[in-house]
Parts: sequence; structure tokens; C-alpha cells
Amino acid sequence: MATTHEAPEKLGLLRVLGPAHVWALGVGIVLVGEYMGWNFAVGKGGAYAALIACWFAGTLYSCVAMIDSEVTSTVAAAGGQYTQAKHIVGPLMAFNVGLYLVFAYTMLEAANAITVGFLMDEVAKMMGTDGIDQRPFIILAIMFLAWLNYRGVLATLTFSLVITAFAFTAVILLFLFTTVLSGDSPMRHAELMTDLPYGWLGVLASMHFGLWYYLGIEGTTQAAEEVRSPARSLPFGTLAGIMTLLIAATLTWYVCVGLMPWEYLGQAGVPLFDAARLSGSTSLMVLLGIGTLFATLASANGCINDASRAWFAMGRDHYLPAWFGAVHPKYRTPYRSIIFLVPIALIFALGAPLDQVITFSILSGLLGYTFMPINIILFRKKWPLDSIKRGYEHPFHPIPSITLFTLCAVTYFAVFLGYGTQLIAMISFYIIVSLWFHFWRYRFVKRADQFTMPWPRPKGY
Amino acid sequence: MARYTPPKQSKLGQLIDVIVLLVLAIGALYLPLWMGLAGSTKTPVPQDAPTWESLGQNPTMVEKWNQLGFTDPAAASDMITARFDYSFSWISLAVMVVVIVGYFVMMVRFSETEYREVIAEKFDGN
Repeated sequence: MATTHEAPEKLGLLRVLGPAHVWALGVGIVLVGEYMGWNFAVGKGGAYAALIACWFAGTLYSCVAMIDSEVTSTVAAAGGQYTQAKHIVGPLMAFNVGLYLVFAYTMLEAANAITVGFLMDEVAKMMGTDGIDQRPFIILAIMFLAWLNYRGVLATLTFSLVITAFAFTAVILLFLFTTVLSGDSPMRHAELMTDLPYGWLGVLASMHFGLWYYLGIEGTTQAAEEVRSPARSLPFGTLAGIMTLLIAATLTWYVCVGLMPWEYLGQAGVPLFDAARLSGSTSLMVLLGIGTLFATLASANGCINDASRAWFAMGRDHYLPAWFGAVHPKYRTPYRSIIFLVPIALIFALGAPLDQVITFSILSGLLGYTFMPINIILFRKKWPLDSIKRGYEHPFHPIPSITLFTLCAVTYFAVFLGYGTQLIAMISFYIIVSLWFHFWRYRFVKRADQFTMPWPRPKGY
Repeated sequence: MARYTPPKQSKLGQLIDVIVLLVLAIGALYLPLWMGLAGSTKTPVPQDAPTWESLGQNPTMVEKWNQLGFTDPAAASDMITARFDYSFSWISLAVMVVVIVGYFVMMVRFSETEYREVIAEKFDGN
């Protein structure tokens, strides 16, 4: 830190990223969801319930990707949905959306670090020890990735691109070697699949962790200010990302439920690694072990990138203390925001159980998805299609918005079934900080500076 | 329309704002954990001397349990018999709906007030 000093406000982020980086940012954050966490949906409702949740959650996220692609191809600035909310709904909504993003990604980062520690412990046990202290690995993972993010976005996302591609390839290879390329397939779907253990209520309940298959794909928009051609790269990277994840999620479900009983799968810490163990191939086991490690690192890496951009953007706008709005004079990264969020991730990674941390992340994400239908409906109303140029126009409006809103309502109910206390606690938090912002913090915000897009006056204002 | 000039916040004021936000966030997320109200737990149905048959496991399932390291059915019994309790009260559900809807309504209304100030200053300001 001795080499840094407060940068002048005009210093901007570097535009160095292409569509592949956008894809890597989106898929990199999310792919870990196939390596761990999604399988809690199996525990909530059984194997078939997890598949139904996978597809309904896939529909939810397809709507998110379509809506997000249209808005972000027009609002290409750091902060993603936060900046969208600022221009379309208003400052308080933007403040809340910014916090959703920060908490969703910081909790996801904590969950990834927990999984790194768990994986190391599992490997140590397989090597004949009684297990190891997981905490040094958790701390090391978060600190190393924060350092990488501090040093520059291009290196960070190039690192993500490589390890995400490896982790995705590992899933494909596991599928191929346990099905079509295996002479005597270890898959036993007919014998392992059971009826719905909780009936259709279990299907609803499994939507809670069904979101984990895809949570974070909306993070592609955070890189808007660092992408060379946002109108083209952001929709392309985001939509390619959701297609990749739909394939990976379905393959993951198929392989895992064909290799282990649902009661075990529903509580497993590293299900794809377990699936590789059960395939009988040592090479696959090593491959998926490395894949799990890479997926968690890629995800945590993207999470640090996205959470810090959202925190940085709020600081720059004085929604938070302006001190956070500084850019590193040499590396051109939001370094203060990156450093500030490290201890918060560590507090949760070292002190809370994995399912709770995942739930915190899912709840923040879910609140963000509820904002999106409001956002796109107001966007189309205030700036009809012929009033401003959009890089991408999503089809069938308002059907995706209505679908997204309905699926969000279903997921709130699913969360309520198991984690109602956290849901109420989290909403109470957002109500209190909203009042704090509206009646206190907003006085430090320059009004006209909140609208920076070269758009005409919104219709009706 | 005259431009609004925000007051300059002192360093101490900025620090206090960050602390308030952090305390609220960590408190809200950790409070349910500290109070033991967080998350749903599965309740196992204990069996005396369980066998794979009494646990409803077919030979393929038994083979997979063995490969996973569970050679004794008693070791896997709790995992196999544990179930979530999805019963809920309609009043709790109604409270949740009111809280969520109320939150979004409040946020949209306050945002609208602030947004009108932003637009007025942006397009009518000097």
C-alpha cells in the first residue's frame, strides 16, 4: 500500500476485456454451483425434484440474462444492475441493488473458500490422515485472489478464463467417460432413482437451492466499464454463458443421480468429486478434484471482481463514503473496495456453516432478480424502443418479466419453507438501511450526477 | 432549477457511516445463527439394529454406499432416514408476504421521490 495514493476522480477503469472474458466472468462465478451446493436441492425434494428445479431455475435465469442483456447493452457502466437502477428506478433502489450485489457475491466468495477447505480436508483423509485444519486454506484462497484482483482486471479474468475452461471440460469428460465412452457404464439410474420423498411440496422447496446452479450469471454486467465493445460483448458473453450453464447443470444432475443414492447426494460437500470417485477411475477422480478446486477459485475470483466493482461504484456516487471510489493509480483497479471486502468474506467463511452462507447469497440474489422485472418494465415505459439505441432488444416483452416475477415468488416460498427466519432478518436489514439511506445518507449525493447516460428525458417526467 | 449542493462529510462521519452499515449487515446475517433460529434441520428416525433392507436400500444402493465408505448400515441410518419438516403456519406466510411486498413498495415510492429530483436537476438545472 506504500506505493499507492488517492487517485484523482477522473481516473477510469481500463477497457481491455472481450466477449470471452465476459463469458468467463459469468460462467466462472457460477460453474462452482455444479461442483457443490446444487445438490442440496436433492436433499430438499429428491432427485427428480432437483431436476425440475434445475430447469425452472434455468428458465428464471434465462429471463434474467435476456432482461439484463438489453439493459446493460445500453447502460454500459461499472456497477451493472446498480447503475441500471440508478438511471431507471431511482437512487434508493440503486443503493439496495448495490448491496444485493455485494452481499450475494461476498457470501458466494465465502462459500467457495469453505469448499476449498473442505476439499483439502477430504483429500487429506483419502491419503490416510485424520483430516487437516481447513482454516489456513480458506484464508489463503481469499487473500491470494484478492491480491490478484488488486493487481489488475485483465490478469484476473484471464486466469478465470483458463481455470473455468478446465473446470467445464472436466464436467464434460466425466459425463463422456461414465456414459458413451465407457464399455461397462457405472451409471445405475433405474436402481437409484426413487419417487418424490416429499411429494410436490419438496419440488417447491428444492427451488431454494435450484438457484445455485446458475447464481451469479448476472455478474457479467459488472465488467461493463472494462469491456472494449459493451453493446456486443455483454449480450454475447451473457447469453453464451447461460447456455453453457444449462448444459453443465443438466449433465451434472444426470451423472450424480446415476452414481449415488439421493440421501447421500443431498448432503454431499463435493458431489462431482464424489461422482468421479464412484466412477472407478483414478484419473477422473484427480481431474474432478482439480476441477472442483479450479471452479471454486474461478468463482471466488469473479465474486471479488464483481462485489468490489459494485462497492466502488457506490462509493464513487457517494452512496457510501467517497473514499471507496478511488482507482489504483498504477493497476487501475478499485483497490480500496477489494481490500475492504476481504475481512467480511473471511468472517463468514470462517464462522458460518456452508448451507447458511449459500442461503445468504441466494437471498441477496433473489432480491436482485425481483428488481429486474420492475427495472425492465420501467425502462421500456420511460424509454420506448424507438427513443434510444439498444445494443440488444429482448423478445416477447413482457412475458420474460412476468415469468421471472412468478418464479421469484415461488422461490421466496421455497426459502420460507426452510429458512424463513433468515429471509425476514435479511429483509428487515434492507428496510432499516433503506430508511438510513433515504433520511440520512442521500443528503451527500449530488442529484444530477446520478444520471450520466446521454439519453433524452424519460417519458412522464 | 437551482442545483443541490451536498454538505461535505468529515472523515469521522464517513467512518461512522461504514461502521453503522457493517454492524447492521453482519448483525442481521449472524443474529439468526446466534439465536439458533437459522435454517431447517433434518430429523432422523432412529432404528434399532438397522439393516440395509429395513432402510429400504436395494442391492445397487448398498453397493454405492459401500463404495462411499459406509459398510455398516448403522453408520448411514441417520442420513437415510432424516427428513425435513415442511409444515408451516399460514400466519407466518402472510407476515412474510406483507414484509416483502411492503419493502418493495416502500423502496419504489422513496426512489420515485428521489428520481424526480435527479431528473429535474439533470434536465432543468443550470
